[in-house]
Amino acid sequence: MSAIPVSPMEQPWPLPSRGRVGMLSLIIGESAIFTIFVVAYVFYIGKSLSGPTPQQVLEVPIFNTICLLSSSVTIWLAERQIERGKMKAFGALWGLTILLGLIFIGGTALEWHKLIYVDGLTIRTNLFGTTFYSLVGLHATHVVIGLIGLTLILLFTLTGHVNERHSERIQVFALYWHFVDAVWVVVFTVVYIIGR
Amino acid sequence: MADQTVPIAGSFDITPPRRSPSLLLEWLHGWVVTVDHKRLGILYVVYGIFFLLVGGAEAMIIRAQLAFPDNHLISPEMYNEMFTMHGTTMVFLVGMTILFGFANYLVPLMIGARDMAFPRLNAFSFWLTAFGGLLLYYSFIGGFGLYGMGGAPAVGWWAYAPLSEKPFTVGHSTDYWAISLIVAGFGTLGTAINIVATIISLRCRGMTLLRMPLFVWLMLVVSGLTLITITPLTAAQVMLLIDRYLGGHFFDAQAGGSATIWMHFFWIFGHPEVYVLVLPAFGIASEIIPVFSRKAIFGYPAMVAASVGIAFVSLGVWAHHMFTIGMTSVSNAFFVLSTMLVGIPTGIKIFNWVATIWGGKIRFATPMLFCVAFLFQFLIAGLTGIMLSVAPWDWQLHNSYFVIAHFHYVLVGAIVFNIFAAIYYWYPKVTGRMMSETLGKWHFWLFLIGFHITFDTMHFVGFLGMPRSIYTFEADRGWNTLNLVISIGGFIQAIAVLLFAWNLVHSYFRGKEAGNDPWDAWTLEWAIPSPPPVYNFAADPEVHSRRPLWDLKHPEDPDWKYEA
Repeated sequence: MSAIPVSPMEQPWPLPSRGRVGMLSLIIGESAIFTIFVVAYVFYIGKSLSGPTPQQVLEVPIFNTICLLSSSVTIWLAERQIERGKMKAFGALWGLTILLGLIFIGGTALEWHKLIYVDGLTIRTNLFGTTFYSLVGLHATHVVIGLIGLTLILLFTLTGHVNERHSERIQVFALYWHFVDAVWVVVFTVVYIIGR
Repeated sequence: MADQTVPIAGSFDITPPRRSPSLLLEWLHGWVVTVDHKRLGILYVVYGIFFLLVGGAEAMIIRAQLAFPDNHLISPEMYNEMFTMHGTTMVFLVGMTILFGFANYLVPLMIGARDMAFPRLNAFSFWLTAFGGLLLYYSFIGGFGLYGMGGAPAVGWWAYAPLSEKPFTVGHSTDYWAISLIVAGFGTLGTAINIVATIISLRCRGMTLLRMPLFVWLMLVVSGLTLITITPLTAAQVMLLIDRYLGGHFFDAQAGGSATIWMHFFWIFGHPEVYVLVLPAFGIASEIIPVFSRKAIFGYPAMVAASVGIAFVSLGVWAHHMFTIGMTSVSNAFFVLSTMLVGIPTGIKIFNWVATIWGGKIRFATPMLFCVAFLFQFLIAGLTGIMLSVAPWDWQLHNSYFVIAHFHYVLVGAIVFNIFAAIYYWYPKVTGRMMSETLGKWHFWLFLIGFHITFDTMHFVGFLGMPRSIYTFEADRGWNTLNLVISIGGFIQAIAVLLFAWNLVHSYFRGKEAGNDPWDAWTLEWAIPSPPPVYNFAADPEVHSRRPLWDLKHPEDPDWKYEA
């Protein structure tokens, strides 16, 4: 293409990273899925024909929420460590993120166990059960997928396969984790504050 | 450039491999494991054309059944399966795959890139879509379930719940519908992510956003729109499956669930979906019309703005499919007005295409013929759309054949016509051979005549009160002649499509050699040999205007002097 006469424009040609753009696109798509489930939840608040109602059985999971939101901070700190090449600190913070995520998912498991075996609320009990388990379950599924990804990266880190050259990929993955945390803020607000 | 088959002469051993006995197997294996955007694009389009024939055959069965009053050619259950599968096939397995196939093939070439941003995700997405389609069609034999009930999905392509709930649709037919579309939907989502990342991150030097070919712009808008429109359908289908398999109550009116919320969720997906299909068709027209009018596109920035505008407005019009369910007058008024608003950016586009043709040196080759027919038909489709957007008018004609005529004017008159135009236009690039113009003109005129016989007449039979999705009708309704005419038009279209399929195959072996640039076009894909080499561009291209090949061909008068 050298025969093209050169126009006055001769500048550097920076473009956004494809990883970031791809992950942001995925997040936009996922947001739409969550939006539909949130709309269904809000639409059916108080429409159940039989109990139990959210007021009777739901407890606000404050400790869980603090753990999950802190994991966004620890993963952010981990991102900064890998940029500087401090792999030990990165591994520690990354492991802490996984631990916080595990505490969250364990807390959800305990909550569901109580709801099912003590309160007798299942997905087929009433509209509240249907919308609650699907919305919170959809989020929990995302946490589990995130935890699998985080754990894989931790294993690669421990075996020495991750270094500062991978910091951008790590940050792209961290975007997903931040998204999972941000969605929890919405789910928490809708389920435990508005709907209760 | 034609002799440039490797980037640097002598750098590779290009002697052809020896013929081995398993050559066919190797060739097949090559296509299955490929991550090349060009091969995947071809796979998408071939897959789409195959299902175009299947979906077309289903339409022919529908028209054969409706050709005469009190007809019992097929059973009522079979009839329901046919119109459900026809709609589902044409939207998800034909429209989406062919248009995303074009995007796969053309976007990297048009922006001067080596491949898509995520080649393996690209292959994964294609195979997901392909398996989704196979799963849908497996329902013909697998849908009977344990109790021998069901068959292929028979609930309409919109699958309105609670009709599609377990008590009303036994067997596994609806499960096949939901699961296959979830699978195909994830494939579509992957491709959309890929296209967005490709266009944002892989443009060649100098390809600023406002220098991208309009087809690339439209695919960026469409992919962005796909991200937020396919996903609500996936979410709603997951809810439907929760109801059907886990005993949930999302759409269960007996447990307090709503009978209309599925409609909202479905049309929040379904209406923008129409724009997901028609915007790439706009992109095709915006590439072909300038080349065959020998003029640069008129009002490029307005075209871009109108595309983005259409995408935005399309997100807020879904309930115009639901005027008859009894919404409040405020909601009705909102959706009437938002729907009419779509007419403004689309009108801008039509004016710009006409202004591009105006005063041009027009060549009526087959691609241009299809595009000109598209202009007229899309205008009429838009006008009947404005009519239907008026709520009281819609109360009269809702679910009538007038609606069927309106949306087939969009889906066939605009989208399919432009898909044909695109295949005639880019076939030489993909295969290195021209398609036969004689057969092409036969195809065009037969299809045009058949199209108008069928769908013009459908408007009238709709005015006379014939509802959609009915199995048959009594002889004294006054619809007899019109229905026969519609069916005859349908079969003329079928003959035209068969001619087209023959042309595709015949030209692959017997077509004229195309050369790099048979149409004297201006976008980057015509700068490289046909078919393009695996690596696309021997050297990374650099562009300075919206028509890089014009600059190359006319160094004394390059475009960038005029593009501020």
